Amino acid sequence: MLLIPCPFCGKRNESEFIYGGPVGADRPDPNAATDQEWVEYLTVMPNPLGPVQENWWHARGCGDWFTIWRDTRTHDIVEAPDGTK
Amino acid sequence: MMINIITIMQKYSVFSLARNALSGHRNWPQAWRSPPLKDSYDVVVIGAGGHGLATAYYLAKEFGITNVAVLERGWPGGGNIARNTVTIRSNYMRDESIPFYVKSVAMYEGLTDDLNFNMMHSKRTMVDVVQTWPKLRELRRRQLTMDIYGSTYEQITTEEVRKRIPALTGGGPDARLPVICGMVHTDAGVNRHDAVAWGYARAADARGVEIHQQTAVQSLLRGADGKIEGVETNRGVVKAAKVVVAVSGHTTTLTETAGLKLPLRTMNLTAFVSEPVKPLVDVIVNCPDSGFYFSQSDKGEMVIGGAPDMGQSFRRDIKQHVFEDTVAAMLSLFPSFKKLKLMRQWGGHLDIAHDASPIMDQTDVPGLFVTAGWWGGYKAIPAGGLTLAHLVAKGAPHPLMAPFTLSRFRHLDFVMEAGTTTAR
Repeated sequence: MLLIPCPFCGKRNESEFIYGGPVGADRPDPNAATDQEWVEYLTVMPNPLGPVQENWWHARGCGDWFTIWRDTRTHDIVEAPDGTK
Repeated sequence: MMINIITIMQKYSVFSLARNALSGHRNWPQAWRSPPLKDSYDVVVIGAGGHGLATAYYLAKEFGITNVAVLERGWPGGGNIARNTVTIRSNYMRDESIPFYVKSVAMYEGLTDDLNFNMMHSKRTMVDVVQTWPKLRELRRRQLTMDIYGSTYEQITTEEVRKRIPALTGGGPDARLPVICGMVHTDAGVNRHDAVAWGYARAADARGVEIHQQTAVQSLLRGADGKIEGVETNRGVVKAAKVVVAVSGHTTTLTETAGLKLPLRTMNLTAFVSEPVKPLVDVIVNCPDSGFYFSQSDKGEMVIGGAPDMGQSFRRDIKQHVFEDTVAAMLSLFPSFKKLKLMRQWGGHLDIAHDASPIMDQTDVPGLFVTAGWWGGYKAIPAGGLTLAHLVAKGAPHPLMAPFTLSRFRHLDFVMEAGTTTAR
């Protein structure tokens, strides 16, 4: 079980949270983006062997949405993509 | 050269077993060779798992392409082919998916003869235990689509479900999720995963394919013209005009070295087994509403699978609460399993595409082929290998896999599949 740091409640059990998917690229301007760029924005997500930024919802707690960096190899929750704790 | 190799490969039979028994099993030949690594091949297949080995075998058998090397980081059949629940079935949802899985199930049934290796195939039927009305509606809809393509699905009553699975004593009328009925998929079966890997490896080797273990591909090499040129391994550069990526969860890790982005996320799916007990359940039991499925292996162990971890993961173990949730769901329907001791757990990291359907295509890098997104790809190994060999040999997708190219993302023409995971 992960202990996920909610910014409001502190570290809480993973079972209190609902996973909200990885953080993708920013939404491009649909009028300026090419078809390829638009499809890439819709379908391609970062899939790193290492820290990934993801959204979590403290649904069974304070209800806050927030993001964390989690290492996909170890489940360690790190401060930043370079792996510092 | 090839003829020599074929004569060296000893045919397995009851007579060869008896002959080798008389000599104390000391004279069995090696199942496949360990030749020196050459500088170049016609085709390099990355990954000696189910899909990689099957692809190499069908390249040699169906298309006569034998100058093939299968490069494997660890040992053949040590990845996801050893980390699943050996469930073979074709109860999918979409018109695009069902014919492919019907073909794969049929190929599995003939694989023992084809490869001269005992797959221990047991066509034992899968019973879906239905506990909610929306799930029943979804499965009835699947049944109607499956009828078109010759796959079998049939509704049975709760009484019949309990008669077929006597251990199913939970889910009574007062339960939170009472058993409503069952759906029976008679095409489903299980077999032996090692035999699939070893059978394909041995048969491919006999046709001239080279299998190189302990050969980790570190990056894909592109030429000045942008085409694939070969791969860089821990044993040096291997050149090939055609490179096939069949590495499951690590697909994006490799394709990123060629500057290619693919719509895949890597996730961890886990399973665990109980101690062996006497024969108790003779079908594959799938409980999609409760979120678990299991079958009893030939050794008597209950092989149990549940839901995936949330979020991306390259791990190969089980998270404690995923394990606890699966056990709790199982005990609600099979309370007597409380007495079972659990022996082992494992996980495999596999990639899933945006629409939960596989991807098999030549990428934007000419000569680079991927087979990926095989969530539950064990059942797809024979047809997946055959169709990928077709794509590599002919440069155009096999008709069965034509809906599963990368262009479906470009045209937003997804194959949204609900039948991908068993416990859903």
